[in-house]
Formats: sequence, C-alpha cells, structure tokens
Amino acid sequence: MGIVSPGFFGRRRRDDPALPPGQYLTESFPVLSAGPTPRITPLEWEFTITTETGQVHRWNWDEFLALKQDDVTRDIHCVTSWSKLGTSWRGVSIDTLFESVESDAEFTMAHSYGGYTTNVPLDDLLGGKAWIAHQFDGEALEPAHGGPARLLVPHLYFWKSAKWVRGLELLNQDEPGFWESNGYHMYGDPWQEQRYW
Amino acid sequence: MTQETRTARTLRLRLPGLTSHRPGQHVDVRLTAPDGYTAVRSYSVASARPGDELELTVEELSDGEVSPYLVHQVAVGDQLEVRGPVGGWFVWDPADPSPVQLIAGGSGVVPLMAMVRAHAAAGSAPGYEAPFRLLYSVRSPDSAYYGPELGDLAQPPILTVDYVYTRVAPAGSLTPPRRLDAPTLLASIIPVSQNPAFFICGATAFVESVSDWLVQAGYPAERIKTERYGGTGVTP
Repeated sequence: MGIVSPGFFGRRRRDDPALPPGQYLTESFPVLSAGPTPRITPLEWEFTITTETGQVHRWNWDEFLALKQDDVTRDIHCVTSWSKLGTSWRGVSIDTLFESVESDAEFTMAHSYGGYTTNVPLDDLLGGKAWIAHQFDGEALEPAHGGPARLLVPHLYFWKSAKWVRGLELLNQDEPGFWESNGYHMYGDPWQEQRYW
Repeated sequence: MTQETRTARTLRLRLPGLTSHRPGQHVDVRLTAPDGYTAVRSYSVASARPGDELELTVEELSDGEVSPYLVHQVAVGDQLEVRGPVGGWFVWDPADPSPVQLIAGGSGVVPLMAMVRAHAAAGSAPGYEAPFRLLYSVRSPDSAYYGPELGDLAQPPILTVDYVYTRVAPAGSLTPPRRLDAPTLLASIIPVSQNPAFFICGATAFVESVSDWLVQAGYPAERIKTERYGGTGVTP
C-alpha cells in the first residue's frame, strides 16, 4: 500500500471487478490526441497490411465494408486513468483481414493518417481480440474519435487502439511507436498497470 | 501552497531524487484512502524550478474525485505518491530556435506556463532567443492563473501575452466578452510565414476548434502539438 492520505475517501469503486487498478469510471468519452484531428473521407481511406517480406494487402472503403462485420461490446481503459465499460463497436476483425495474409512475424506497427504509430504484438491482434472499427454506438465513428476507422484492441491501454488507422506493418522485431518512444510502456496491459516504462 | 483563483491551488512538491523536468510534462498523483482504495490522476507541471521541487496548479472540478482533496484538504508537510515527471511529446525544447505560439484554454495554461517560465530563465540554447506568444482564453479576469507574473514577464517580442475573456471582460475593456473565434485567433498569433511551433492545451472542444482553424488557415498540422484536458478540464 502506498502513502495513505487520511482525509481522502475517493469515490467508492462499487467493487467493480471490471475496473483495473488505478482506473475510474467515466460516462463521457474523452478525446486525447497529440495533434490536430485528421479529416479523412471514406473515399480517400484505404487500409493495408504489409508483411515482413514486403507483400501488401490492400482494401478500399467499399471492399472493407464488404468484409464480415462484427458487433462487439467491450470495456476500454485509457492510460490517463479513465475507463468506460460496455462500449459498443462495429468493425472488421483482424482475424478476417489476416485470412489471406502469410507471415511469420510476431510484431506489428499500426500506422495512422497524421503520422501516429503504435506497436502491438500480432498475438494481441488475432484470436478475436482486435478489430478495425468504423462505428461507435451505432453511428459512424467521428473524426475526433478516430473515424473513418480506428484500431480497437480493448484489452490493452487505449493508446494502442490507433485512431485514423491506415495500416498494419508486420515486423520481426518489436519497435516502439509514437507514445512508446515518449515514455509509455511497450505493451500496456491495464491489469498490470503498465502505464510507463 | 498558493491559492491561484477561487477554485485552483498551486502546490509545491519536493521530489527527492528529481533531477530534471522538461517544460510541458505531467506527473501522476496517486491517492490512497485508509481502506486501500486508490485513485490516480495526471497533473501538468506548472514550473521549471531548479533542484528537486516542482509546482502543480490544480483546478477543482465540481464532480472531481481527486482535485477537491488537492485543492482543499492536502496540507503543507503531507506526503503524496507522485510518479514522473513524464512525457516526451508535449514539451518545449530549448534547442529548437522556432518561434513558439502557446494557446491556452482555462486550466490548460498550466503546462504552457512551465514553457514560459523555462523560456524566461536565462539559457544559452537558441530557443531562449526565440519569440514566445501566449494566447490565453479564460472566463474572467478572476479565473486567470499567474496574472501578475505573466504581466511581469510579458516583454514583446520575447514574450507577448494576449487574453480572450469569454464571460466577463476586465473593467474598462473596450472588447466585450466573447468566445474565441477563428478571426480573433488568426489576428492574435504568430503568422504562418514565421513557421511557429504550436502548443495548445485546454478542454477538448477548445483544442479541437483551435487546431482545426489553424490547419484550415494553412498552418502545417505537424507543427501543432495538443493536449486535450477532456470534457471540463481533466488532464490526460
């Protein structure tokens, strides 16, 4: 136990087992971005998976929407301590996108419009754990929240769920992305409280 | 500790072992209740003090969990669990000779004040010679932080400070209170031709509007760094 502040009681957590250590519940949906919000239209949007051998798999917006769509409800946890439970998304499972991809790589780098990057091990994207989401709460994803489409990896801190995602690059070795180069954890498990290095 | 406004307090912390802090960084404060319940929040560092001390300015949020305790209850001599300072992105680098345009909404002025203070301290890197300009959007003269100090430091062109009052204008002001709009913004900042580096901090909607206006006016997006404090002024 850390330093106790006798006069501090805080908001009781209602013993919510869904809340990782140090997190609090929010009803709103805060926006955190390192720069201006990119405005990308579905017409100019495309998504690519680039393997370690340089093979590129490409989907435009219509091709992407023609893929099998999943509706998922998940809890999300931001490194800045807010958590939001039971958020509803629609998108394409990374498993679906990888059906035609051949790779032995263990690591990925997600790339976004606007230049953002974040690294995620491939195992954390496959097996029903991650999606490219384009709807939130039944509505098209707003630009401020990463629309037209964002990566959704709800079991890791939310900075790993790259907004304005445009591609996944497969890597043989783990490399830090944007926030990981700026003091944040390489993996980012909320249950281990892996916020910073 | 200093009462900054009716709802904000500046706390000076001594962090044993603190060796350096970059202006714009934040710390995480973890409070632990007697029964073991913990809450963590991030607060921007307001000062670039030498040695092992730094200052936070905390605004009390009406529905806040941690901020009321820090603004009203914590006392001189109390110990707090603090991690940091952290952050390597929203920071001013004195080695960068670019002119700097700071844009603050409300309590978003805190990390920008750390940059202003660092810039005002004597230094030999090219960034200390660069002009700084702060545009500070605030509800009323009463709710502005660091007023006297900013008044002392403001010496154009090394530091220019412009205020926009959104609810109450100062007595005798010729400008009625108004929300910041694109024309006012573009008339009060360093022009595109000088390629300034931007740091914008405040509530999400404020940062979103301001950064959109800048991009629409031709300022390059890659020169704009933002920190969004959430709905009503919560730090990331």
